[in-house]
Amino acid sequence: MYSSLIDPNLLIAKDSQALLVNGYRKPNLKTSNDPIRRINNTKPTLFIFSAPAPCSPKFFDNDLMGFSKDQLLSQLQELEIDYSKYEHPPVLTVEEQAKYVSSSEGALSKNLFFKDKKHRYYIISAMVDTKVDMKVLSQRLGLGKGGIRMAPEEALAELLQVSLGCVTPFAVVNESARDVSLLLDQKFKNQTRCIFHPLSNNVSISLSTSGLDKFLQSVGRDPVYVDLEANANPVVGKDQPPDLAVYVPSNSVVIPELPNNTPSAQASPPKNVSAEKTKPVASPKPSKSPGNVKSVVQNSGLSVFKNPEKFVEEILDKTSELLFSEVKGENVEALAETLRKRLTSEFTHLAVMYKNTAYSEGFYAGTQCQPKRP
Amino acid sequence: MDVDKKDSIASDSSDQVVNPWEVSAKDGGKIDYDKLIDQFGCQRLDASLIDRVQRLTSRQPHVFLRRGVFFAHRDFNEVLDAYERGDKFYLYTGRGPSSEALHLGHLIPFMFTKYLQEAFKVPLVIQLTDDEKCMWKNLSVEESQRLARENAKDIIACGFDVTKTFIFSDFDYVGGAFYKNMVKVAKCVTLNKAMGIFGFSGEDHIGKLSFPPVQACLSVPAVPSFPSSFPHLFPGKDKLRCLIPCAIDQDPYFRMTRDVAPRLGYSKPALIESSFFPALQASGENGKMSASDPNSAIYVTDTAKEIKNKINRYAFSGGQDSIEKHREIGANLEVDIPVKYLSFFLDDDTELEHIKKEYGEGRMLTGEVKKRLTEVLTEMVERHRMARAAVTDEMVDAFMAVRPLPSMFE
Repeated sequence: MYSSLIDPNLLIAKDSQALLVNGYRKPNLKTSNDPIRRINNTKPTLFIFSAPAPCSPKFFDNDLMGFSKDQLLSQLQELEIDYSKYEHPPVLTVEEQAKYVSSSEGALSKNLFFKDKKHRYYIISAMVDTKVDMKVLSQRLGLGKGGIRMAPEEALAELLQVSLGCVTPFAVVNESARDVSLLLDQKFKNQTRCIFHPLSNNVSISLSTSGLDKFLQSVGRDPVYVDLEANANPVVGKDQPPDLAVYVPSNSVVIPELPNNTPSAQASPPKNVSAEKTKPVASPKPSKSPGNVKSVVQNSGLSVFKNPEKFVEEILDKTSELLFSEVKGENVEALAETLRKRLTSEFTHLAVMYKNTAYSEGFYAGTQCQPKRP
Repeated sequence: MDVDKKDSIASDSSDQVVNPWEVSAKDGGKIDYDKLIDQFGCQRLDASLIDRVQRLTSRQPHVFLRRGVFFAHRDFNEVLDAYERGDKFYLYTGRGPSSEALHLGHLIPFMFTKYLQEAFKVPLVIQLTDDEKCMWKNLSVEESQRLARENAKDIIACGFDVTKTFIFSDFDYVGGAFYKNMVKVAKCVTLNKAMGIFGFSGEDHIGKLSFPPVQACLSVPAVPSFPSSFPHLFPGKDKLRCLIPCAIDQDPYFRMTRDVAPRLGYSKPALIESSFFPALQASGENGKMSASDPNSAIYVTDTAKEIKNKINRYAFSGGQDSIEKHREIGANLEVDIPVKYLSFFLDDDTELEHIKKEYGEGRMLTGEVKKRLTEVLTEMVERHRMARAAVTDEMVDAFMAVRPLPSMFE
């Protein structure tokens, strides 16, 4: 029924030029020399996503686009990485997971998925009791005080190809996550084993950090361990550059909102990611990234004032930013998220009425308008 | 074609009756929606389709989809297929402005249509059938036009985007390309068919008889489903598809339209159909809300006090007679109106499940459920009232102006 889902491997075989930029590529386990896959690569790349990406958890096991847990586990085996597997009912939180996987098996992890204002994404994987202060993290990344927030659900599905409650370092195996920065808690290194979800939240696996590192290297990633609790009061200035800034992805990611190909174009060839405003990028050829990113910024500036939903997002972004900078405490992130969830629909309604009112006034003015003198 | 087979719906008196003029269940019981789908020949809107909507729109599906309020469709799948390929569609819905008083049941299709407009980013045409009401309800022309404008204000208050929405009244708009399509449709529909589908007899005056083709054009199903009826909106886009959210009792109108469309070289409109919103006192779902009985419905003009009163006094409860019995057996969720209303309007799935569980097992009392419902409805009505107050005559004029909509797909 979904004719739009074509095996990406078929697309790749035809055009080796397309290998690197068009469509997904199954990670080549044998070599990890692909410079494009490294974080912070300065070579401009275009990231192209094939829509539609599965959002519903149902789709993950008969995987068509993203990696499945079975594929991941078999790769771990191929790489001769030692791990232990625990199956349990689907869990959405660390507390639930703890009921089924005891700490004797390894250290549980909490995995957070963040996004910054320039649409760059980060996975932070930490020990459960490590304090992850979003405000501090944001400053250390050089993004100012309220620069990051929890990534929306759609991003989870589109970029990491996992469901809610399933963020995991292993998600970087997906091509769609190539520009997502992965930061691991330094404290993992003191543990014999650590526990993560292998792309599915009804399974947990425990493995050593060296096993995790080996896996990450096999998909072309340099494992990055960070002391997340250090530098709790970062002072960022000319002589003290933000210490984690080097881990900010060089490319931002725009999640496509709707298919904006020209009508009746071919089903499913990887589509260009276009600007958030739906001016379609006309040519399907990959263009240089800086230009692409720039047009994202320009066009989204315009659509903020045309589109009530984007307008509201902008307002809530600024509110969250202020909240982070003024309020201390662990629960600020949760509060910010609650505010966002509860207020978005309310505010959007107000914004639509505002837009309608403005339009109507302009319209009326137009009817009363004197014709221009010749 | 499906049109002929279903002609006998209106005359089937021993069974449930569902048509644009009458809705009643068999023997005062519940409406059997499965049977209706079978009888009408439309399709169930199943979970896979809802998932597909979620994927395509990158947002949570509307509460009416999640709870099965919009439960049937015709060709919705195909509309989605086309949408995935980049072929857009437009929305069409309408209202017969028979009274100034709008109740929550009236708002449902508009709330859903607004969600569709936002989620898919497509334009919308809204038809106000003031001519129909003039003929059928014996209103003067001026009165029906006035009512149309008043209703337009409530519709606008639902939150439609003026840059993507065209509202029109039959009296204002019929003519030109629209009228041409009306005549084309009329030529395709035989008298017998019209009488069969709509149940006319020799006693009905001529206006009623000539109405259906107009209906086809203007009213819910026909002419507005054809993009060529709106040359200022869709010039040169004769193949643009149309999706029509409506209540399932409107299905006969659209069956006729779908029958006629291919003969005129147009795409068949797709439908997405809702079940009926029960009246406050209805036991089960044996009736629709009726604007003529003020206690059967919550109106958008009701005050918080009136809402609380109506729910407490008139909302049919599935709770038991005594607290002891209730704690023992639990509530009858099948017939309980407050829970049903919450399933329409309470967005939080988790909270609804919790209420159903606690109430169904007797730990929560009717009073609590009614209290929560009152909160939810009051908030909704308040929000609507505020938005309605902001709708000026100029705004109505803007929405109803025959103008192009250049941002309609953004």
